[in-house]
Amino acid sequence: MYWPIDLIVLTFVILCAIAAISVKDLLGTAILFGAYSFMMCLLWAVMGAVDVAFTEASVGAGVSTVFFVAAIFRTSRRTKD
Amino acid sequence: MKFLGVVIVCLTGGLLLYGTADFPDWGDPSSPASTHLSDYYIEKTIEDTQVPNIVTSVLADYRGFDTMFETAVIFTAGLACFLLLRDFRGKKERFYRHKPTGVILHIKDGKKTLAVGKEFEHMDKDWVPSDLIIKTVCRILIPFIQIYAMYVVAHGDFSPGGGFQGGVIFGSSLILLAISYDLKTLVKRIKEKVLGIFAALGVLIYVGIAAICMPMGGNFLDYSKLAPLVPGDPHHVRALGMLGVEIGVGFAVMAVMAIIYINIVSEGRHDEGL
Repeated sequence: MYWPIDLIVLTFVILCAIAAISVKDLLGTAILFGAYSFMMCLLWAVMGAVDVAFTEASVGAGVSTVFFVAAIFRTSRRTKD
Repeated sequence: MKFLGVVIVCLTGGLLLYGTADFPDWGDPSSPASTHLSDYYIEKTIEDTQVPNIVTSVLADYRGFDTMFETAVIFTAGLACFLLLRDFRGKKERFYRHKPTGVILHIKDGKKTLAVGKEFEHMDKDWVPSDLIIKTVCRILIPFIQIYAMYVVAHGDFSPGGGFQGGVIFGSSLILLAISYDLKTLVKRIKEKVLGIFAALGVLIYVGIAAICMPMGGNFLDYSKLAPLVPGDPHHVRALGMLGVEIGVGFAVMAVMAIIYINIVSEGRHDEGL
């Protein structure tokens, strides 16, 4: 009986995705995107694709968040739209 | 305009969801993906390659050509980042901090430099005092992260992981060094040229191992033909070939992650940054 975990995580994925595109603060978007990646990582792990989950955790939730933060550090923190 | 965007997004999302209705169920044994090739991989992997992790054997052996070009893509990403962002013009003004008194010197003449050492230290415009706790914790943590990265690369045949993940984790440890100290510490420890050489070397290791198979009488990427070169059990040679290419991938990914980070965070000047 793992399907409720599946659904809960999927709900969080969608919430994170909607929040990431609607938040005005880009630093918050980067962090939300990291959270989104981590939830996706959990979802891959639930589905048994452990290699993909590992990649998602290290690349999606780890390094790409740092790259986003670095890019925000050098540009601007607020969106124009 | 924004309303139009929402409508388009909802429409596309709806169409995509509608499209998934035709998909086979998750884990359906009669789906096209698991009827032809998957059975072969699941049944023959141990026999063919002696690698317990089927995912690694598919990525690095059965579809090794695909992974080779993925590594080339990563290398190209690092190269593009370098070519777009790298700025070789030196900085015009520098900031130094006199350590005993905390006085900050602002030198506008770009050619004049102060000796950095016991008395003075480099400073950025938006300088945050380096915190002793963060520095110490990261200094202790970084070697363990690096050992774990090497474990992930070396153990990719047996457990989840492999070159990409291990390389990314190793690159993250370098980025952690840059964040917890400052960018100059990282750039001083690992020169830009070394990173570039590592990135190219990783791809070269992969392509080299693949190409050596050809004069040995096999196809490109046919690791089993490497048996005369490797001591030990000839049945195990495919696993060793995979380990070799994984190490190559790890080198390339590690260097490219550091290159991208350094170039983004310092706007290509490699002097000050996060």
